[in-house]
Amino acid sequence: MRKSPREILESARLVGRRGLLLGGIQFAVAATLALRMRSMQLDHADEYRLLSDGNSIKIRLLPPARGLIHDRDGTVIAGNEQNYRVTLTREEAGGDVEPVLRRLSRLIPLDEARIDELLAEFEKRSAITPISIADRLTWEQFSAIAVNAPALNGVTPESGLSRIYPRRADLAHVMGYVGPVSDYDLSKIEDPDPVLMLPEFQLGKIGVEAKLEEALRGKAGARRVEVNSAGREMRELGRQEGVQGATVQLSLDARLQNYAAQRLGSESGAAVVMDVATGELHAICSSPSFDPNLFVRGISSADYKALTEHDHRPLADKTVQGVYPPGSTFKMVTMLAGLDSGVINAGWGAYCPGYTEVGGRRFHCWSRGGHGHVGLVASLEKSCDVFYYELAQKVGIDRIAAMARRLGIGVRHDLPMSAVAEGIAPDKAWKRARYDQEWQVGDSLNASIGQGYVLASPLQLAVMTARVATGRMVEPKLVRAIDGVPQLAGEFPDLGIDPAHLRIARLGMDAVMNSKSGTAGRSRIIAEEWRMAGKTGTSQVRNITAAERARGVIRNEQLPWNRRDHALFVCYAPYEAPRYAVSVVVEHGGGGSAVAAPIARDILLFALADGLPPLDAVPGDQQQAMQARHEAMHLFEPEPQSPARGRA
Amino acid sequence: MSYLDYKVAHTPTGIRKILYLNWPLVFLLIAVACTGFLMLYSVAGGDLDTWARPQMERFVVGLIAMIGLAFVPIWFWRGVSVFAYVACLTLLVAVEFFGDVGMGAQRWLDLGPIRLQPSELMKIALILLLAGYYDWLDLRRTSRPLWVLIPVIIILTPTFLVLTQPDLGTAVMLVAGGGIVMFAAGVSLWYFGAVIGMVVGLVATVLESRGKPWQLLHDYQFRRIDTFLDPSSDPLGAGYNITQAQIALGSGGWSGRGFMQGTQSRLNFLPEKHTDFIFTTLAEEFGFIGAISLLSLYTLIVAFCLYSALTNRDRFASLLTIGVASTFFLYFAVNMGMVMGLMPVVGVPLPMVSYGGTQLMILLMAFGMVQSAHVHRPR
Repeated sequence: MRKSPREILESARLVGRRGLLLGGIQFAVAATLALRMRSMQLDHADEYRLLSDGNSIKIRLLPPARGLIHDRDGTVIAGNEQNYRVTLTREEAGGDVEPVLRRLSRLIPLDEARIDELLAEFEKRSAITPISIADRLTWEQFSAIAVNAPALNGVTPESGLSRIYPRRADLAHVMGYVGPVSDYDLSKIEDPDPVLMLPEFQLGKIGVEAKLEEALRGKAGARRVEVNSAGREMRELGRQEGVQGATVQLSLDARLQNYAAQRLGSESGAAVVMDVATGELHAICSSPSFDPNLFVRGISSADYKALTEHDHRPLADKTVQGVYPPGSTFKMVTMLAGLDSGVINAGWGAYCPGYTEVGGRRFHCWSRGGHGHVGLVASLEKSCDVFYYELAQKVGIDRIAAMARRLGIGVRHDLPMSAVAEGIAPDKAWKRARYDQEWQVGDSLNASIGQGYVLASPLQLAVMTARVATGRMVEPKLVRAIDGVPQLAGEFPDLGIDPAHLRIARLGMDAVMNSKSGTAGRSRIIAEEWRMAGKTGTSQVRNITAAERARGVIRNEQLPWNRRDHALFVCYAPYEAPRYAVSVVVEHGGGGSAVAAPIARDILLFALADGLPPLDAVPGDQQQAMQARHEAMHLFEPEPQSPARGRA
Repeated sequence: MSYLDYKVAHTPTGIRKILYLNWPLVFLLIAVACTGFLMLYSVAGGDLDTWARPQMERFVVGLIAMIGLAFVPIWFWRGVSVFAYVACLTLLVAVEFFGDVGMGAQRWLDLGPIRLQPSELMKIALILLLAGYYDWLDLRRTSRPLWVLIPVIIILTPTFLVLTQPDLGTAVMLVAGGGIVMFAAGVSLWYFGAVIGMVVGLVATVLESRGKPWQLLHDYQFRRIDTFLDPSSDPLGAGYNITQAQIALGSGGWSGRGFMQGTQSRLNFLPEKHTDFIFTTLAEEFGFIGAISLLSLYTLIVAFCLYSALTNRDRFASLLTIGVASTFFLYFAVNMGMVMGLMPVVGVPLPMVSYGGTQLMILLMAFGMVQSAHVHRPR
């Protein structure tokens, strides 16, 4: 509505009156604020300055105890232990720390080099940051410092908790370890928790410790203390305890993991045991391993050098990070790709004269004499390569790659571990993107038997086996519960592969173990309730030239270690109602059937028997050797009945 | 519509509008923001990238947005006021259902690249709608009960939604901001007297009931009130922060300890040194001179706005300007009062200085409308 000039005037007058009133009130408030500033900053400045300089009340953070990690039976696999240490604060030492350090060196071992290092550190850090002088003191040293405290200004003896891994090297790769917070760590965190600034606070560096850091860390408590002008604590005014980090229960079975590590022994390799129904990883073992406690305590450069220069690469996690050409263990993928796409049916077969020729190139079967006519089941049983060469030409690489991904190869599985590899399920698009080259038929032939560009981690091989065994989209799981809250998914969805096709693959894997001409018959389980199905794989790490083939292929044992073939084996059991899938890779181990299969069988037996494999489960001629192996092992003693809880 | 009253020929058009901006206000805002950058640089321990640089980038964007908004005719804002209010109300309801929970309260709405805090937008939308309402309303009806009830409902609806988040600070700001627009519009003082009287009476009755047989609240609720009124009764929580803040502030003295020389590092355990408590750093490092200068800058901003409002004959424009200026005033008065121990601790940032993108952008947008009111005033 249109306003009359009179209305506009009246409105302006009204708003003007109220606006002035408002402005007056606001000005009065501003004046009050100014007066308050004057009173605080001018009239009482000296008092505040005094309070500020001698700031007599301080807050000290109480680091929270890190959450414990349990295995599936409640055994503590990462706990906390009491640690005595001593810190020094420059400001409280009166500015000059050197005399204090000299006096300290009479009580605890502190050499010149360490003192120089510390002085440099004090230069860098703020005057009020406590710096850790010595760690893991004995009780005697600790009490000597406490007694002499009056002569040691700014020195605070502290007892804190430090991470300990009671299972030592067994779980090093999967659990990772904690270490002191570095500047680099801090730079990666936005708005870091103040507790991270505390000296010797431990942060998960890799593995589960790093990935579940948030849950494990807990919440800091605080103490309010009154200190005198020298900074010495006079009394505690208030205390708020921190909250311990969550207890994490992993799906791992520490005893099985221990057995797997022992069974792999000094080999360079990996073993993965997975529950085929729930996807829980019961063991995920990379060998050789290292003691994570070394890293927690600060590893010496000699120890570190020994680890990095070892040709078996103990620091690398071969289970999820290492990828290998899967060799013949990949043949189930090629077969299922053929069946599922309808390119072949269950009655299909190929003739193997020992080689096949494609584009003027000869592709050999591992059996020089050939296998003759080979059907689907026999192709797995005898691991005939020519069968898969013929099949690959009909199916094409793209279908094989799609099936590989469906079975979990070339897919990054979501696990709270460091550097989980994706592997490679190569197809035409991949090669174009990666090498800018067209895919060749020969590439398909190599891929069909798990050579060439195909790469899979032992974890992926276990997932593949579990999926073939169940027909379900099994995903690996590592965390069972966090603070008692279950973390496992329900049942996995169906893969959508015709059960009849899966049955053929399973029959083939059964034949590998349990038929006369199976490639891994020696490693079968004779206890019928644990009947096992498996597949061997031997993957070359070098090219065999035509000239060499003419001379006769050099036997593995005659090659230097790092040029020998990788030995692989995947299996599951019991055949009728599968419970566990196992994959084993032995780097440069030689043949899959001779080296990897017996290891996988024994680990599988341990899982099934929930204890040392019973001797009567293996063929008679191997029982004595097994007995001897068991006696030579250094297994952890069974835990006492009540699940031991670590210190809170 | 009353914009027909404008002698449009005298209203600047096109790029010429830039000459008619309230330039002193622009420079004052830049001065305050620069103080903020300096302090953010200082509390980050001399690091530009932690807080200062992102804040500068946002300020530049906000400043351009402000000038852009100033070019939009004021009658456009009146036209969209109802729509803006309804849109904000919808977002507030959306936050109830889809909001992210941060710091124990549901305030954020995640819209892909943008994270919205609808309660902040609502502060402006509420002022817009109330100014529009009183512009539309016949002057003689301003104090009739029914016509007073309507704006009360307009204010209390979003307040209730914000309270459920829960965000007491913003709720109080909404009521106060809305109340000030009603006050400026000329609603009878009796209403304000009555409301204040009722609140005081209620609080007095509740406090009086303590320990009596007819006690109105539970004991633990009284204890919470105690902590609110006297933070030092909570030794490890808010009380410690406020004590430290006051020590830092008071120890600044006449000219302060000097730039970057504050013992702010002592307050490293203060989680809000770059947001709600940033004034303590300023007062410690630049002393009374610094603190009073910032207060003067703030007061001048409010004064320039009020002057612009009082000399503007367009009712909508002047109510909008008063509303924005008063909200701005409430921000800094409450924040300063809080760190100086004159008020209980409530989470209100120091406007344009505390680190925070939403707050900065919203304020600059609001000042854009104030500028629009200034540019398009009837001449």
